[in-house]
Amino acid sequence: MRLTCPLCGPRDRREFYYSGDAVLLARPATDAPPGAWDDYLHNRDNPAGVTQDLWYHEQGCCSWLKVTRNTVTHEILSVESVAGTSTAGGAA
Amino acid sequence: MPDLIAKSALGLPPLTHAGTTLMESALPQITAIAPFPGQTGAVGDALGLAFPAPNRVTEAGDARLVWAGRDLAFLIGAAAPDGLPASVTDQSDGWVALTLSGARAVDVLARLVPLDLRGVQRGQAFRTALNHLPLVLMAEGEGAFTLLTFRSMARTAWHEISDAMEKVAARTALVQ
Amino acid sequence: MRIDGRGRIDRTRPVTFRFDGRVFAGYKGDTLASALIANDVRVVGRSFKYHRPRGILTAGSEEPNALVEIVGPANQTPNTRATVQELFEGLVARSQNRWPSLRFDALEVNDLAAPFLSAGFYYKTFMWPRRFWEGLYEPVIRRAAGLGSLSGRHDEGVYEKAWAHCDLLVIGAGPAGLMAALTAARAGADVILADESSEPGGRLLSDDAVIDGLSGADWVAQVLAELASLPNVRLMTRTTVTGVYDDGTYGALERVGLHRRPRPNLPRECFWRIVAKRSVLAAGALERGIAFQDNDRPGVMLASSLPAYLNRYGVVPGQKVTLFANNDSVRATARSLMAAGVTVAAIIDPREDAPDEPGITVHKGAQVKRARGRMGLREVLVRVGGREITVETDCLGVSGGWNPSLHLTCHMNGRPRWSDDLAAFVPVEGAVPGMLVAGAANGSFSTHGCLAAGTQAARASLEALGVTVGQADLPQADDAPYRIAPLWAVPGKGRAWLDFANDVTVKDVTQSAQEGFRSVEHMKRYTTQGMAPDQGKNSNVAALAVLADATGRGIPETGTTTFRPPFAPVSIAAMGAGGRGEGFAPQRFLTSDQASRDRGAPMVEAGLWYRPGYFPKPGERTWREACDREVRMVRSSVGVTDVSTLGKIDIQGPDAGRFLDFVYTNTFSTLPVGKVRYGLMLREDGHVLDDGTCARLGQDHWLMTTTTAAAGLVMRHLEFVSQAFCAGWQVRFVSVTEAWAQFAVAGPLARDLVASALGHAPDLPFMGCAHVVVQGIAGRLFRISFSGEEGYELAVPTRYGEALFRDLTARAETMGGGLYGMEALNVLRIEKGFITHAEIHGRTTAFDIGMEKMVSGKKDCIGKAAAARPGMTGPAREQMVGLVPLTDDVLTAGAHLFAQGVDLTREHSAGYVTSVGYSPTLQSHLALGFLQNGRARHGETVRLVDRLRGVDVLCRVSDPVFHDPKGEKLRA
Repeated sequence: MRLTCPLCGPRDRREFYYSGDAVLLARPATDAPPGAWDDYLHNRDNPAGVTQDLWYHEQGCCSWLKVTRNTVTHEILSVESVAGTSTAGGAA
Repeated sequence: MPDLIAKSALGLPPLTHAGTTLMESALPQITAIAPFPGQTGAVGDALGLAFPAPNRVTEAGDARLVWAGRDLAFLIGAAAPDGLPASVTDQSDGWVALTLSGARAVDVLARLVPLDLRGVQRGQAFRTALNHLPLVLMAEGEGAFTLLTFRSMARTAWHEISDAMEKVAARTALVQ
Repeated sequence: MRIDGRGRIDRTRPVTFRFDGRVFAGYKGDTLASALIANDVRVVGRSFKYHRPRGILTAGSEEPNALVEIVGPANQTPNTRATVQELFEGLVARSQNRWPSLRFDALEVNDLAAPFLSAGFYYKTFMWPRRFWEGLYEPVIRRAAGLGSLSGRHDEGVYEKAWAHCDLLVIGAGPAGLMAALTAARAGADVILADESSEPGGRLLSDDAVIDGLSGADWVAQVLAELASLPNVRLMTRTTVTGVYDDGTYGALERVGLHRRPRPNLPRECFWRIVAKRSVLAAGALERGIAFQDNDRPGVMLASSLPAYLNRYGVVPGQKVTLFANNDSVRATARSLMAAGVTVAAIIDPREDAPDEPGITVHKGAQVKRARGRMGLREVLVRVGGREITVETDCLGVSGGWNPSLHLTCHMNGRPRWSDDLAAFVPVEGAVPGMLVAGAANGSFSTHGCLAAGTQAARASLEALGVTVGQADLPQADDAPYRIAPLWAVPGKGRAWLDFANDVTVKDVTQSAQEGFRSVEHMKRYTTQGMAPDQGKNSNVAALAVLADATGRGIPETGTTTFRPPFAPVSIAAMGAGGRGEGFAPQRFLTSDQASRDRGAPMVEAGLWYRPGYFPKPGERTWREACDREVRMVRSSVGVTDVSTLGKIDIQGPDAGRFLDFVYTNTFSTLPVGKVRYGLMLREDGHVLDDGTCARLGQDHWLMTTTTAAAGLVMRHLEFVSQAFCAGWQVRFVSVTEAWAQFAVAGPLARDLVASALGHAPDLPFMGCAHVVVQGIAGRLFRISFSGEEGYELAVPTRYGEALFRDLTARAETMGGGLYGMEALNVLRIEKGFITHAEIHGRTTAFDIGMEKMVSGKKDCIGKAAAARPGMTGPAREQMVGLVPLTDDVLTAGAHLFAQGVDLTREHSAGYVTSVGYSPTLQSHLALGFLQNGRARHGETVRLVDRLRGVDVLCRVSDPVFHDPKGEKLRA
């Protein structure tokens, strides 16, 4: 398996650390009802099809990435920086 | 009181197999520069070196600015000026610098690094892995590479690379 | 038998080898199989279940019978296919699965017991009585089971792993693969051509093909010469592509040294990870047999192996060959054998309309009913036109047709399609993204078809990469159509073999269907068909055809089992190359490592780090004596220890304080410059992630420390919080763990020692920090303590670490102090009730460790919301306590805690022990643990029970801070 890191380019999966569902990006407010926190922390879909999860380019640029992929075909549909690439390097 | 004595990470003599040489470089001065959001341009201006794009190195004179990860570059061969709009940390002691050069350097690295290094030119640098070790890999051109890995892991890095060199040399001997 | 003037072996280079102790001669270029055939060795092994004598069946990697042990000086490799193993001087091979010898095998009695050993035998027989299983059945089955044996010692051979990258990976170097590689290479693509044989060419080296007027072998040589002249082509011979993985990653096994005498450092095998933008599968096709009674007799072979042995190795396995085929492919073989002077007794063709063959008797509409000759074929019984005849023959070449080698197309869940025309499965397009299938692997069986398909596949692959390929002339070759009339098994009594490797017969498959195992996947598991090292390459299609027949379904409805990686066996040693001993995991060494070892300290692993356990002194007999002395030393004078393994994260920026407030439960933004604060981090689910100190070095400059164990974890966590929730904040952090060597100095004389090292009094309040100059070097000083004594940590750039360590050690020793190791460090912190990851093990909350007041109510932080959920606090929680035994007994971590008088059952467990040690200070064993409602139970007596280690001790529950509970020593 390979992921195309938005910064580093295509890399083997062993450079990445897997960290579960991308729902972790949608952090509820501290005073959100317990159900919202429960969903955020514990409840996960297990789709046969398109899913989004988080990967960390640990042996690379250290970007956290949101990967959209298909669990049936294994197709990687997109890889985005969690923080967007606008703050990244670039001679511009 | 006498000053404390500095020690290199390994202190090993260079090693050559199949016309390819591994050696420990003298401790370079490495400064990690992480521009604050929106400040890469200003940092580049202050350094007189464009902040490098991913996988690139910019250089001027002896100074090189090596891309080392997200919002991060290593300034090597020059001191960072004060007052940069960036986080500035001295990393000179955190890394061991090894150089691998010679005819089979790319073949040796193909045993350890999951990147295609054929045809890589000076001016390119990669954040990747040397087997299980963290790696900043700089292409020096003409088949030579500088490898930075954690100083505490220097012995493992040396073991891994020399092991790969021995195997490549044994294969090379078959062909000759 | 060797045939003069034939073969590609080097007759100027004779080679001697041993097989089952006998010395034989062969030539360089032989395989073990061809050399055994040259020496007229017919029986090479015994079958797996019935121990029937078996000979060589094939000339390729799909061989099910000729599996041998190769014995080397450093290893013994079982299940090596003699058809793949190349001969070298001094090769030692042994047959398998026989005792005491190949000719006489005691377990051949199984063959007589065959009626009882049919499919499902184990499932049916060893069900009862249950108590017989462990004592009788399992040991007996284990002794009889398995194929080949290991040496029982470490494999000291050298193995290798490597990466390769290319535009186009061509798998197989037969006519299709060679044309694909040539076409792509001429267009400038970066090409890898991988072929599992020792020599590229595929069937062109075996068959009598003519291409552009050249012999197959000459045409191959011409193509190879051109490929060798192109720098953008890498030819990988002896390399089997074994698996297809996601996103263009392929696994391949290269035999680097298996075909030669061992040499120092030369890998035996290399496991390649090949990353290819596109690939062409040109793996050819595998011939299949036809099942009939006793079709496993030595001398019955696949027909296509005969020209391979003749034309590649100059050997024939018989002097009077008979061919039995339901297709035309054996006709060329017959002509080839006759041209070499071999008698062809007859062609037996089940097709009524089979073509004639000049000079050879062709029995049309005929079938071989039975083979005879237990230790080597003597004759075959043929049914022709309602009568039976006997044909004397010592070799029968069988062809039941060809199966495209489409295995790799199934590795990503692709399902092949049945072709009635070919009576075979063919790959479906797009089964593997980026892979095209060409030639015989795709069902094009003529040489012309292969050449054309290879060219076309390369062209299409390159066009997908945006490379235009010019037109080139296609070499001219034979384009005969492939004609076949399916025949899987000849009807009749007796056992007819399908899977030679696992001894599965036609009857086993029909019985499986009768007993309800009608799905192909169930049949496979019930009969074990296709589960041997050859993975059913010779038998899968025939077995499911027999199953289809037995269940009254067609083959397409019956379907096929799933081909999974690896295509051919891969040794674990190759996949794990380098991962032993020093290569198992990276080793991290402290700057003080050598100095510690010089003092005889045993090093213990702490994550990847190696840290000294204790520093033994002359006369000390146990680690405990050293540990006790070191603890007393720290409590009474001064001790030095290396704490560089703690994670150190440099955090800078105007928003750094705000960021720390968000990741720590307590507030940091209010900390004055020059001060240090203890901080607690939670996971978002409210459990403790890590603890440590954080120092404010400047207005916008902080230094966080993490525990050794969680350094990487915390960095990853900070990156996530920063990138996901704080992207625009003016804060950056970078690990400086490696950049600083840091030493703890602890004890009543710590201040004196630091003063001596600095040349002036440190003058720091408790929890203060400062920039200092240590013997000419800029360093940092922190007044923090993990021992409960007055403590300092002195940091210098790593290059000076060893010098400072030796300097501090010498100074400490002149003051009556010295070094202490991990054991003493652990006891010191237990005496003080300080936590480590033994306590914050992932299931404890701030409340559990008595730190709920550290979760600030004034701000949000990671984990705050979840930490307040019901169940995360309260008396039902197991809370951290100290435990002091009432007797002088050793305590164990992992023990459970019970109230006195209750049954010692799981439901009554009220807690557990996390850390233990002997405190020389309190002269008692001590423990830290977690006890339900523990903070309200101080003074109570509980039972500490560890049934695994036979510990059952009454303990008094106490505050976890055993020593100096008010912290007066710290602040002195």
